[in-house]
Amino acid sequence: MVSFIILVLFLLLSIGAPIISPYNPYDSANIDIMNSEIPPAWYEEGSTQFLLGTDNMGRDLLSTMFYGLRISVMIGLGAVFLQAMIGIMVGLTAGYVGGKVDAVLMRMADIQFSFPYLMVAIFISAVFQILFGIGSYEKLAVPLLVVIIGLSEWPVYARTIRASVMGEKNKEYVEAARVIGLSRPVIMVRHVLPNTLTSVMVISTIQVANAVMSEAALSFLGLGMPVTMPSLGSLIKSGFEYIFSGIWWITIFPGIFLILFVLVINLLGDWMRDVLNPKLYKG
Amino acid sequence: MDTNTSILSIKNIVKHFDISGGVLDQLSFQNGKIVRKKTTVKAVNDVSLEIKKGETLSVVGESGCGKSTLARVVMGLYPPNSGEVLYKGERIDHLTHEKMLPFRKKLQMIFQDPYASLNPRKTVWQTLAEPLRFHNPGINATAVEDKIASVMEDVGVNPAWKGRYPHEFSGGQRQRISIARALILDPDFIVADEPVSALDVSIQAQILNLLMEAGRDRGLTYLFITHDLSVVQHISSRVAVMYLGTLCEVAKADALFATARHPYTRALISAIPRVGEKKAKHIKLKGEVPTPVNLPTGCVFHGRCVYARERCVQEVPKLLSLGDGTFVACHGVEENWEMV
Amino acid sequence: MSHLLEVEDLEVKFALRGGDLTAINGASFTLDPGEKMGIVGESGAGKSVTGFAIINLISKPGFISGGRILFNGEEISSFSDEKMRKIRGNRISMIFQDPMMTLNPVFTIGTQMVETLKAHRNISRHDAEKIVLEKLKKVYIPSPEKRLSQYPHEFSGGMRQRIIIAMSLLTDPALIIADEPTTALDVTIQAEIMDLLQELCDTDEMGLILITHDLGVVSQVTEKMAVMYAGKIIEAGATDQVVTNPAHPYTKGLIKSLPGMIKPGEDLYQIPGMMPNLTDIPPGCAFNPRCPVKEPVCLEKEPKLLSTKQGIMAACHMVGQ
Repeated sequence: MVSFIILVLFLLLSIGAPIISPYNPYDSANIDIMNSEIPPAWYEEGSTQFLLGTDNMGRDLLSTMFYGLRISVMIGLGAVFLQAMIGIMVGLTAGYVGGKVDAVLMRMADIQFSFPYLMVAIFISAVFQILFGIGSYEKLAVPLLVVIIGLSEWPVYARTIRASVMGEKNKEYVEAARVIGLSRPVIMVRHVLPNTLTSVMVISTIQVANAVMSEAALSFLGLGMPVTMPSLGSLIKSGFEYIFSGIWWITIFPGIFLILFVLVINLLGDWMRDVLNPKLYKG
Repeated sequence: MDTNTSILSIKNIVKHFDISGGVLDQLSFQNGKIVRKKTTVKAVNDVSLEIKKGETLSVVGESGCGKSTLARVVMGLYPPNSGEVLYKGERIDHLTHEKMLPFRKKLQMIFQDPYASLNPRKTVWQTLAEPLRFHNPGINATAVEDKIASVMEDVGVNPAWKGRYPHEFSGGQRQRISIARALILDPDFIVADEPVSALDVSIQAQILNLLMEAGRDRGLTYLFITHDLSVVQHISSRVAVMYLGTLCEVAKADALFATARHPYTRALISAIPRVGEKKAKHIKLKGEVPTPVNLPTGCVFHGRCVYARERCVQEVPKLLSLGDGTFVACHGVEENWEMV
Repeated sequence: MSHLLEVEDLEVKFALRGGDLTAINGASFTLDPGEKMGIVGESGAGKSVTGFAIINLISKPGFISGGRILFNGEEISSFSDEKMRKIRGNRISMIFQDPMMTLNPVFTIGTQMVETLKAHRNISRHDAEKIVLEKLKKVYIPSPEKRLSQYPHEFSGGMRQRIIIAMSLLTDPALIIADEPTTALDVTIQAEIMDLLQELCDTDEMGLILITHDLGVVSQVTEKMAVMYAGKIIEAGATDQVVTNPAHPYTKGLIKSLPGMIKPGEDLYQIPGMMPNLTDIPPGCAFNPRCPVKEPVCLEKEPKLLSTKQGIMAACHMVGQ
């Protein structure tokens, strides 16, 4: 329950970042390079103006973190949405139709799964930067990351959905729908799919956490969000260069923020698995 | 039999299932050679039946005898490997999805497990409205409401509960809803696959009465699939006994229970535990039940039959008419062997 | 002291969030050596829980909240886990509906049976195997020597249930509790298994508690029976008596509603409604909403299980005591 409240808080922060944050880190008029690397407010050199200090570019860390969270959440949700769409379509078709279609689709998923997503990411972003130039990268970074993370993880959905469709499709209510004369797509979407959504909900939470982590990892490697539009991951990365010169806050605060965020999502996932599983209550 | 009065004819139906999996699973190593071997379950082998309008024909047999498969072939859920299913003289087993639709309204099915046969995410109303609106496009909303209310009334479920989900009902009530779904299209032929075997004794009687009443009121014809012989005796006009995918005996219900001819039918009837009868004197069968993967040669029952002779091992017995509507597939009955 | 098993006022509760739920409300019966008793009832009536309570194997959140269970005069309901383990599976065996629940699919029948025996007796493998073979012969498993090295999936359903019975016989128990032992089996196999159980009780003086919903089976196998409804025994007595001349309106209705009790094609007698959930048992007699002969007293006072004129026990205000 506590985790749920914290999660809601996180989501509010990310949605309301422009309103809540004291500064707008994207607005260069706000940023003064002279303010860079100011420690958090409780240090002697610190200033109450910047509660958690500033980063190497003179941006207020707290505001930048809120904006970063916003981008992380956007990429996380977007990627999961894409994964779920592809995964559900593939899994539902493979599971319900079966036979050769199933074999082909699932081998595709296996192949996709055997590529490490980092490799895919490096490849795609390299191709992209050659095609469109580094200049436009900044603008298209968010959708690009959504696509990369989305494409690399859809087999998780496909497999889960397929397994649960295979379990459902032999139940008598599906036969009853066939006796009525409903067509295959209708049965798949209207009868089978709603009964597999429980597992979709549960893996979705875990996948959002995974996607946020993946994005952070990519950004940390310099393949993710540019420094001008930092996500939590790229913030951690930009601070990492200074950590040995005693300027720890740029890395540590976003780091804690990220860990906390992923943790509450996972806790929520566990909780949902228990609540949505009627068997645990029947005893 | 007169085909004019029969509502449904099953002609030489064969249904085998390939359970050998993918190509790689089929390969096996034998005598230094790689052999591709298919494993098939021979669920139904050459079964023919005529079902007359208004009667209740029960198909009985033990688990794995192919009775449920036969029901699903009739309903068009499984395509048969060979043979024909005819409804009022029209062949329906090879129709396309669209051509089959008009027949779907006339042939409906009731399932065994009331917990699995209703979609847990649909309310009673949704479950009942779906077939109605699907088969009557453009039907107006009041007509749907009226029909649902009247069908729910008929099966004994309070129409005020139409907004509830299946899990809010008991097993017996769910089975009533399942029956309502079958009745809502006003079918004239219903396949009931073990409709009461998952229910408690006191609820069984309620559901059986409901089915018999609906049969009388609506002039329904039933193909009733069950393993429970006391239920069969009570509701059927005729009975077909199946063993390992083959018909052993078809007869009028009273005749079958009074004088069963086939040794398997006799064993089956003698094994019914009846209330108030002390110490069952049931006929003991020998051997083990063979699997439908490796069917025995000749008569499928010969391995368990105490009267089996050489001919039973060699030759498959044909279903022969003994007059009075009784058909038996047994060499012993044909040749009048002494079987006590 | 002559009783093999004495159950006195057994009460089982389940601790749930909304408070305790009474699953068995004061069940009492006795069983003598070699006696066969049936417990019948619909699902949820408490018959299986009774079986588990006897061997003290009620899973959480259930617990025995009252009453005593005496086995050979010893109060086993108060035994420690360790002491109970020496009784359970040794002096009292249990047979379940699904044999695959008891058999481990990855070990051969021989290994499982020998291990089971060695867990209870301090004997050599060789001796254990001898006993295992003897018991397999006893349940008429053909060529038991060959069967020892086979896995559970190589047996048919009926054969598996025979093996379970052989397994439960290993330690020569004094009492077998069989919970729906033939529900998953075909009628012809059911008849054979029932024959076997009956024969074993007769030759070895073994007590049998047969838990089932099938009145036909109970009537053919047992000498006495108890009918349970909503967690209570509502009728008990000699099986012949109860089946042919029941006193309680529920038992009467149950037997009347069986197909085969009237002419084929006629409407079956039906008990209206269904058994109440344990969470909302009506006040007074639990059967009153379905009862055809109820009087005002049935809505207020809970009837006690008392002897009737016919010599059986019934819990009903309307039966002449």
